[in-house]
Amino acid sequence: MIVVRPNNVTKNIKRPQFKLFGMIVLLGLIIILTLVAPLIAPYDPTEVQLTERLKPMSSENLLGTDHMGRDILSRILVGAQTTVGTSILVIVLALSIGLPVGLISGYIGGALDRFFMRIVDALLAFPDFIIAIVLSGLLGPGMFNLVLALVVVKWVSYARLVRSTVISENQKEYIAVAKINGLSSIKILSKHMIPHVVGNLVVYASLDLGKVILVIASLSYIGLGAQPPTPEWGAMLNEGRNFFHNAPQLMYIPGIAIMLVVLILNLLGDLLRDRLDVKNK
Amino acid sequence: MIEITDKAFTCKDVTKKFSCGHKAVDSVSFHIKKGECLGLVGESGSGKSTLARCLLQLEKMDQGEMYLANQPLHGMNKRMLRKLRRNIQAVLQNPTASLNPRIKIIDQLMEPLDVQKDVTPSFLKEVHHSREHIAQYLMEMVGVPSKYLMMYPHELSGGQKQRVNIARAISIEPSLIILDEPTASLDVSIQAMILNLLKDLQESLGLSYLFISHDLAAVNFMSHRIMIMQHGRIVDECNQRDLFSNKRHSYTKELISVFES
Repeated sequence: MIVVRPNNVTKNIKRPQFKLFGMIVLLGLIIILTLVAPLIAPYDPTEVQLTERLKPMSSENLLGTDHMGRDILSRILVGAQTTVGTSILVIVLALSIGLPVGLISGYIGGALDRFFMRIVDALLAFPDFIIAIVLSGLLGPGMFNLVLALVVVKWVSYARLVRSTVISENQKEYIAVAKINGLSSIKILSKHMIPHVVGNLVVYASLDLGKVILVIASLSYIGLGAQPPTPEWGAMLNEGRNFFHNAPQLMYIPGIAIMLVVLILNLLGDLLRDRLDVKNK
Repeated sequence: MIEITDKAFTCKDVTKKFSCGHKAVDSVSFHIKKGECLGLVGESGSGKSTLARCLLQLEKMDQGEMYLANQPLHGMNKRMLRKLRRNIQAVLQNPTASLNPRIKIIDQLMEPLDVQKDVTPSFLKEVHHSREHIAQYLMEMVGVPSKYLMMYPHELSGGQKQRVNIARAISIEPSLIILDEPTASLDVSIQAMILNLLKDLQESLGLSYLFISHDLAAVNFMSHRIMIMQHGRIVDECNQRDLFSNKRHSYTKELISVFES
């Protein structure tokens, strides 16, 4: 006999929401930690103390010290400002270029659309990473140039995403009805298009943030991003390379930090995708 | 039967060519009187929907003239047109695609009145208290419970969605409502209810309809006059009671025979 247990059923329905809530709390925690990092870091992350170098984990230095005697915990915390903070900046800038370009390109169409889309095609013809390397190589290493290079690469996919949503929605009859009712183009875009675009954008941006963190860490690892002594997770990995055998914490701690943040962002993106579909509300 | 006097809408020699040169609509002329329902029948591809899109100013016609009462619509600049075009409302074929899935019913229902704040239709004068009251009254007119106002379109059935679309179209008391196959994507039982609703609303509010369909029975039920369209041209025109008379155009007879079989 089949026994229906209503409690179980509701539990199963509610679970994704708990997961989503958990992920948002974790992400919020990371952001708060990033913001207050200089206040809670136990030591100055750039203070060199050669007598204290390569110390293992202890009660004094919770995660040990690196090859210059700097406190790794402090460097991880303050380094989050460089790695996570810069990634968020890249996404925000890419969005603020990609959203208007995509809206205008998709809605107006014609020659303007072709113009924007040729630029997009050209940029998409190369892998992101290569363009970012070339640009930051040409412009010279440094965080500002790295951000510039990544924004140039990243706005394209947002413009495309927005444009394709706008084009597919533009053929729906409710847009015709809105036109009949005398709504201006700006009103149609803001009232009818933006709600469709935002859901996709939030999902895409949260997944993309993880990727950008990886790219920034990678470029810093090869020396094109943050310059020493600025703490940055990718740069920390690079600096720890020579001491991997004696002091593996120099590499695995920033590695774990990157992995955790990217993992949280990817899970959050997946859960948001399920959640933002209106029909699942 | 209602008394039919003034012309609500006139169009002369409306022609629409596609970029390939094919004439989708070829010098179509007709008028619709106040309170009248004009039926437009034709098989798919005969240019009915293109004509409707031209009348709704969603596509630019290549030639011809259009008058709303005596007000010309052709050669209007964009701003003037935006003010005038609301006078021609539409109920379209697909009730689901006619509603934005991400906007609450009330905000879509009230869209015409939200845009044209200076307009108060005569039948809404007594309920002119608040936006919610007007919305509830409109929902009542088309027979949808007002609890749906705060919901999203996917929570309504197809028939209810089409009723909301009808309420939206009548809300601003337009001179003409274009019904472009309004029942084509609904169940047969719902079709009859929607047609009855449209007919009742026409009689109580004195609305003018252009009823476009390939369903002869529906057109016959709804219309005072009927036009038959083939290859972009109006090939036949008659009063509703003369539809089955012997004097009809050969294509009309053909359509009737196909329909009867």
